[in-house]
Amino acid sequence: MTEIFGISVQALMGQLIIGLVNGSFYAILSLGLAVIFGMLNIINFAHGALYMMGAFLAWMLLNYAGIGYWPSLLIAPIAVGLFGIVIERSMLKWLYQLDHLYGLLLTFGLALILEGIFRNQYGVSGLPYEMPAAFSGAFNLGFMFLPKYRAWVVVASLLVCLGTWFVIERTKLGAYLRAGTENPKLVQAFGVNVPLMVTLTYGFGVALAGLAGVLAAPVYQVHPLMGSNIIIIVFAVVVIGGMGSILGSIVTGLALGLIEGLTKVFYPEASATVVFIIMAIILLVRPAGLFGREK
Amino acid sequence: MSRTAIAYLGLFVLAIAAPFVVYPIFLMKCLCFALFACAFNLLIGYTGLLSFGHAAFFGMAGYTAGYAIKGWGLPPELAVIAGTLVAAALGYVVGWLAIRRQGIYFAMITLALAQMVYFFCVQVPFTGAEDGLQNVPRGRLFGVIDLKNDFNMYYLVLANFILGYALIHRIIHSPFGQVLKSIRENEPRALSLGYEVDKFKLLAFVLSAGLSGLAGATKTLALGLASLTDVHWHQSGEVVLMTLLGGLGTVFGPVVGAFTITALQNYLAGLGSWVSVIMGGIFVICVLIFRRGVVGEIQALLKRGTSGGTLPGTPGPK
Repeated sequence: MTEIFGISVQALMGQLIIGLVNGSFYAILSLGLAVIFGMLNIINFAHGALYMMGAFLAWMLLNYAGIGYWPSLLIAPIAVGLFGIVIERSMLKWLYQLDHLYGLLLTFGLALILEGIFRNQYGVSGLPYEMPAAFSGAFNLGFMFLPKYRAWVVVASLLVCLGTWFVIERTKLGAYLRAGTENPKLVQAFGVNVPLMVTLTYGFGVALAGLAGVLAAPVYQVHPLMGSNIIIIVFAVVVIGGMGSILGSIVTGLALGLIEGLTKVFYPEASATVVFIIMAIILLVRPAGLFGREK
Repeated sequence: MSRTAIAYLGLFVLAIAAPFVVYPIFLMKCLCFALFACAFNLLIGYTGLLSFGHAAFFGMAGYTAGYAIKGWGLPPELAVIAGTLVAAALGYVVGWLAIRRQGIYFAMITLALAQMVYFFCVQVPFTGAEDGLQNVPRGRLFGVIDLKNDFNMYYLVLANFILGYALIHRIIHSPFGQVLKSIRENEPRALSLGYEVDKFKLLAFVLSAGLSGLAGATKTLALGLASLTDVHWHQSGEVVLMTLLGGLGTVFGPVVGAFTITALQNYLAGLGSWVSVIMGGIFVICVLIFRRGVVGEIQALLKRGTSGGTLPGTPGPK
């Protein structure tokens, strides 16, 4: 068995893959947060709860309706997105004239409600979600085994992130969106329906969270607290990357996942806190974040 | 005597008499959370900084006080002081990092750093991990007054609360407090007038953290318990809720909010997870239609007709 610094290559690569999978979720979630923040100026605290909801919807579709993984991958994010649209239309839209902090407080309340409902219904022991048959097993890469599903999660997340980047940076719709972020009043004066755009942006952002939830369901257990566990780390990721750049969010998310994985191998005691330590360091050397713009 | 002075005197008499009617332990819990919420309000209500990590100071002070008694055998008064100092020192570090960013980022940074403190508390041996520190003996205050007596303990908690409250009241109404308010209203302008905004923010943060620590340490002494619940982000959210419900930026609001929420939790404890749903619901209602909070609404009602300045939480001109 080959070893690096006294650690087997297999264990190291295994942790790196897990880190990459975690990083993919950080990337999708922080991307959604950044898109929402750009348009609504709200930090969506409910993002983690909606991610959890996506995972639960997939589980419910499978166990109550017999609908498998692939349709869920489409149905659950759409359902979460519609739910988000209802939230935006019924609550968030009243807050745009106020201090941004009220948006954070409102979505925090929503997160508590969602988490409480699911905890009440399903308890706090996780529910297993069976891996789709096509992805059971692993690729043998010679020096390690790469579980097929983990590879799929990384690839799918990258595709979704890059697709989002393409739509926002390279299409006409994205141009409206970016213009709306810069100066909503002027864009509205040009005849673009900005309130509708805001609603759809929120719906899309939380649909991304729902999609991440479905992707996560077979990897982790479906758990009412899975959202709040990840959302605080994603906040730190957002602080580290800054919300100014889409590619920045993706790169930061993946990189921090990898660093977390490495920490698990070399110094497991710090693996839970390493992201926060990096955040503190970034705040000292580059307060606006790696890809952020100083306001 | 002014109306306010009469009101305070009435409340004081009420507080002295309360333990003869209501369960003292419950009152102590309420008072500790009330002090915690007042300390938190010093930041959100008077400096405009939303910290989402105040549980870290509350909880760490509780652990420190508990360990000082159980591990080092310190007398209760020194244990509470130790807890307060540790919270203030932690507040210095967290504040020093967090004030580099504003608004929403400030909230996220404090939340993330508090989560780090939480993981720290899960891992280090002296906190007792999942079990927490249990059965912390109350001991004798100054070696004389036996705190095992619930009444003695209650009056100590009350004295601590009044001390903290008076200090916060003094801070708010001092020139220093006026500068904090100016930072809340218009930070760039305060900066351009020559105030070193960051220093004021940091000092406000340390004071708030220290007073939260006083509340946390007193709570551990009174209830004999320090646990992971106290450092968890739910606790940070709860103190936000207490302050919001009572009224952001009102001196007495957080006290009302703390008593209401603590009482609610006490009576709804049998409902399990639904408590979290109800708390979330109160959050949503407060933000949507009740932004001034209980005390803020009462003040607005009293002021109606007269000019009445804008309260925090009302949509100001943009």
